[in-house]
Amino acid sequence: MSTPVTTTSPAPPAKAAGAPTSTPRLRTPRRHSPGRPKRSVLLTVLTSLVVLYTVVPLIWLVINATKTQSGLADSSGLWFAHDFALWDNIRDTFTYHDGIFGRWLLNTAMYVVLGAGGATLLAVLGGYALAKFDFFGKRGVFAVVIGAVAVPGTALAVPTFLMFSKMGLTDTPWAVIIPSLVSPFGLYLMWVFATEAIPTELLEAARIDGAGEVRTFFQVALPLLAPGLVTVLLFTTVATWNNYFLPLIMLKDSDWYPLTLGLSAWNSQAETIGGDVIYNLVITGSLITILPLIAAFLLLQKYWQSGLAAGSVKE
Amino acid sequence: MRRKTGRLLRGLALLSTLALGATACGGSDDSSEQKQVSAGDIQAALEKGGTVSVWAWEPTLKTVAADFEKKYPKVKINLVSERSGDKHYTALSNAISAGKGVPDVAQVEYFALGQYSLTKGLTDLSSYGADKLASKYTPGPWNAVSDGKAVYGLPMDSGPMALFYNKKVFDKYKIAVPTTWDEYVEAARKLHKADPKLYIAADAGDAGLTTSLLWQAGSRPYKVDGTKVKIDFSDAGAKKYTDTWQKLIDEKLVAPIYGWTDDWYKGLGDGTIATLPSGAWMPANFVTGVKNASGDWRAAPMPAWTKGDKASTENGGSSLALPALGKNKELAYAFVEYANAGDGVQTRVKQGAFPATTAELKSTEFQNTKFDYFGGQEANKIFAESAANVASDWSYLPFQQYANSIFNDTVGKAYVSGTKLTDALKSWQDASVKYGEEQGFTVEK
Repeated sequence: MSTPVTTTSPAPPAKAAGAPTSTPRLRTPRRHSPGRPKRSVLLTVLTSLVVLYTVVPLIWLVINATKTQSGLADSSGLWFAHDFALWDNIRDTFTYHDGIFGRWLLNTAMYVVLGAGGATLLAVLGGYALAKFDFFGKRGVFAVVIGAVAVPGTALAVPTFLMFSKMGLTDTPWAVIIPSLVSPFGLYLMWVFATEAIPTELLEAARIDGAGEVRTFFQVALPLLAPGLVTVLLFTTVATWNNYFLPLIMLKDSDWYPLTLGLSAWNSQAETIGGDVIYNLVITGSLITILPLIAAFLLLQKYWQSGLAAGSVKE
Repeated sequence: MRRKTGRLLRGLALLSTLALGATACGGSDDSSEQKQVSAGDIQAALEKGGTVSVWAWEPTLKTVAADFEKKYPKVKINLVSERSGDKHYTALSNAISAGKGVPDVAQVEYFALGQYSLTKGLTDLSSYGADKLASKYTPGPWNAVSDGKAVYGLPMDSGPMALFYNKKVFDKYKIAVPTTWDEYVEAARKLHKADPKLYIAADAGDAGLTTSLLWQAGSRPYKVDGTKVKIDFSDAGAKKYTDTWQKLIDEKLVAPIYGWTDDWYKGLGDGTIATLPSGAWMPANFVTGVKNASGDWRAAPMPAWTKGDKASTENGGSSLALPALGKNKELAYAFVEYANAGDGVQTRVKQGAFPATTAELKSTEFQNTKFDYFGGQEANKIFAESAANVASDWSYLPFQQYANSIFNDTVGKAYVSGTKLTDALKSWQDASVKYGEEQGFTVEK
């Protein structure tokens, strides 16, 4: 694609950005105040490029979801074809192969609720414990967690497959849910967050007032951990929603596919002898697949923004 | 990105198959003295009933499975998988090496059969009476599933090659349909000169096409005898291929588009790609994938390497095999025979599959089928003749899957840099030899 470079809008002129245009009467050089951040042409250009880079595929997806299979072949990628088939495509996506797409959508939702939800819960409990309790082997746990962050999931996929196969769990949803429950990065994030967000004095106060550990956690600690929790939840949700390699290895029965695997199966139909070529449904399906994630980001925005910023300023 | 993942998967698949090979050799010796299974045993099993799990992506098998269940109500066919290629083999190899969840029946392409049969991953079907079916099939596919004694699968379809060409484009620029590869190069020059946006073919380096063309040119680069393998791309047949294709690459007469991508389908539709040498199964993909060019395309016999020569070749095609670790062997075999030698063949041909059985290929009904997509052409006549002219002495490597996966790293260079095709094939040869030796094959250079 050559469009991004040529269609970049020129950056707004630097003059308008608050550089002094009046005569230099004052000798003190004007520093940019926090209220009016200084603008940089270079940064604006770079950001515009990045924005284009991110948005163009999305625009492509939306435009091409409105085309029929032959429309896709006839027309340019970045503009509409003569026919507008978005509604037909959406209907066909949900009815093709006895409506298996709906099933994949529900599967994905289940993997996210159980996998990502469980992973978040474990990360919160673990992070809190590591941050606020002293116990033997804490440093060892730290080393293992940090080490685990560095190991790519792909490298563990085949050993995990062999292990799950011995347990008779392959080709069942458990094979996807159980590995998803472990999120070393989530645990690390919650650990750091809990250290910063929960004053130890507060916990001590709660204990002195006679609250048990469970009650302290749920009534005192958990509300304070909410922004971090939402951040971890978002990370694990995205990871589980997009997970491809693990289900690819674990699942064979298309009834248990998540959306990623299902769409890839539809896509590879075009590479099959006598297979049905349905790029239009693959594209429409992909669009439908990313909508829930976009919704999740928009709805949870205020939580995770405050979450990411936590600990950056010392009160 | 997709190619990378593919390569990784293929690597993993192979790793696990070969790991299995090592363990299988130690454990089960009983496969060599398989008991004979009579037709009566199979009939009894069918009456008793049970479930057969089938991993296959061939689309017409759905109807065949339904028919089979109707005929034998006590048998349930559990047809899984909508995926093909790499992912299919990854899953199969993983299941085999884990020793669990192995399907009773698996679709295996001809080029990949060697890998599974060599590691004793497949049941020898001759003890079920499959060896008596040899005369039913055309020589190419039968040779692919059988090594003379053992039979590792029943041919499901075949891919005798033909030259598909865009008649609209050829007529517009008054180009004659090439009957030899030299004429093909001429046509390519003429076409590209008339409109620089048009190419005679799309080829960005495709192992399947290259091996098929070598096959047609009389080259036999692979010789396999058990674990003894010979790889050599320097015979006269290979020279015919490299000389011709080098011209196409040097003069930039082939479009650098990978097959089976959306760009490729698009190019077939809008005339950018004017011809496609491919297997006889291609019409089905034309119909669903290139709808908008309906009526533009025709089929013609493959161009010959020397004028008047009728030698043809195969591309693609797959078999149904019984993995050694599968269960319900009698039922599984009954299904495979039904689908690929019995009533299932007719069902599948009616839905557009291309048969490997001589009876279907010779039937007038089949030969007279008019293809609406090809403007009413009776294209099966061309395909059937091609099938009859395929030399049967070709063999693939026992690790062809791996070899194909490194094709673009080696031969692919001829398409992107100035590397000569001959040198590129040599580097493919070297890499294959090295891999073969690492895997314990005796490789003769």
